[in-house]
Amino acid sequence: MKPVSVKNLSITLGAAQILPDVSFDVAAGECFGLVGESGSGKSTVLRCASMLWSIWDGEVRIGDQSVRDMDVMERCRTLQMVFQDPYGSLHPRQSVRTVLSEPLAIHGLDNRQDRMKAALSDVGLPSEFLDRFPHQMSGGQRQRVAIARALILEPDVLFLDEPTSALDVSVQAEILNLLARLRQEKGFTYIMVSHDLAVVDHMCERFAVMQSGRIVEVLDRDDIVANRAKEPYARELIGASLAYEQVV
Amino acid sequence: MVTLPLGTARRRSLPHGLVSLGRIAAFLFRAPPSAFGLVVLALLILMAAFAPLLATHDPYVQDLQSTLQPPSGAHFFGTDELGRDIYSRIVHGSRITLTIIFVVSIVVGPIGLFIGTVAGYYGGRVDTVLMRLTDIFLSFPSLILSLAFVAALGPSLNNAIIAISLTAWPPIARLARAETMTFRSADYIAAARLQGASSARIIWKSIVPMCLPSVLIRLTLNMATVILTAAGLGFLGLGAQPPLPEWGAMIATGRRYMIDSWWLVTFPGVAILLVSLAFNLLGDGLRDALDPKQINKR
Repeated sequence: MKPVSVKNLSITLGAAQILPDVSFDVAAGECFGLVGESGSGKSTVLRCASMLWSIWDGEVRIGDQSVRDMDVMERCRTLQMVFQDPYGSLHPRQSVRTVLSEPLAIHGLDNRQDRMKAALSDVGLPSEFLDRFPHQMSGGQRQRVAIARALILEPDVLFLDEPTSALDVSVQAEILNLLARLRQEKGFTYIMVSHDLAVVDHMCERFAVMQSGRIVEVLDRDDIVANRAKEPYARELIGASLAYEQVV
Repeated sequence: MVTLPLGTARRRSLPHGLVSLGRIAAFLFRAPPSAFGLVVLALLILMAAFAPLLATHDPYVQDLQSTLQPPSGAHFFGTDELGRDIYSRIVHGSRITLTIIFVVSIVVGPIGLFIGTVAGYYGGRVDTVLMRLTDIFLSFPSLILSLAFVAALGPSLNNAIIAISLTAWPPIARLARAETMTFRSADYIAAARLQGASSARIIWKSIVPMCLPSVLIRLTLNMATVILTAAGLGFLGLGAQPPLPEWGAMIATGRRYMIDSWWLVTFPGVAILLVSLAFNLLGDGLRDALDPKQINKR
């Protein structure tokens, strides 16, 4: 279990400031949500913190190490990411076996067969799925494979980039329960991007509301139902979400 | 313990490849044009493999007693100005044609794929340098460039092959780059990077398999051009040298007797036409067969 802290994360391209200034702290083993409308910079924060994008200022620490200073291999074994769209995050011409064995080969880990089977059973898939290709699986099964891929290097921190928004509602619940169970079993720290407050309410202890690249307010889960947000934008967002839930 | 899973993976992936190859062949046979291309190509390969058995005469032996004989039972396609059997020369010439096609594809495919994927994946300065280099090669008419090259190195079959390779890779590099740019921001590439895969590993394992179908199609369509360029170089005396039975060179020497002895140019010409047509049709068929939108349905 490792805490994550993001300090003064900002992106400036020329004169344009794309992400002004983002800071937040996530305790070890916590699930922290990032919510906001499209284009508010939620996914950008994850892509910067995971070093997929490297042109940013500020500091992101996992445990007591900055992600910038970490060795690439060590960073890969510390943080992993689950992407939004399971149709785009699995290589269309690679079997599950290839998807899972690649990271093991890169990191030179032994007992590959056992590790692959363990990762699949962790996400509730039988080991026969090793020989399937992405087009032979449903969306939920693909997302399970994507989660297994993130698990196989045994990271401490998982970044979840809207892991359920591309899935059917019934499958969403399965994946969310799976993620909650994995956090209990393995003690992951989650940072979860979502625009669905119901998902955040189900998963996260605390969450930050983002608007145009800024964190407007950090709230507790309990603040949602009572809508105890102080900032007008956060209150508006939560109010809209609550009103929507009532209509549905 | 470590080798065991690798072994099983290989054993299982081979039938999958064979199965999809069989599916592609079945798909090609369903459409008459691509079936024609496949049949002609198969005949060409068989002809080259069994050339000594199929040929009725030695392609190099001259018989000055029977020069410029019209097609008959003894000489299916007639004889040329030195009394050599044209049918046997065409049969043996298929070996030269196949060699040219094979070597050019072996050279051009990997070079084009490498330059294209590297340029597309890295982008920025690498892309600029590699693509301007490609532009320079593209800006020469390919026949002129190969002519200049062969003229500089001296006329021979090997130099013709090098010259053709030199002019045939840029379109493939362009294609591979365009394909790579559509994939490089995909989530599965990001996931591979998050797993610590090096750029070389990502290009080889993730990007090349995605570019391969379109590069193969392009290569097949290119074959027709390669055959025509090789024949053109042979015709101009810059390709295969006499007495090699290269089809283009056969037309060149037969040109002088064309008015009286039509068979000297007609049969090699028909052979060139058939083979380049077959490759074009096969390429078109492959494009349909390897279409990623359809490949999952079969």
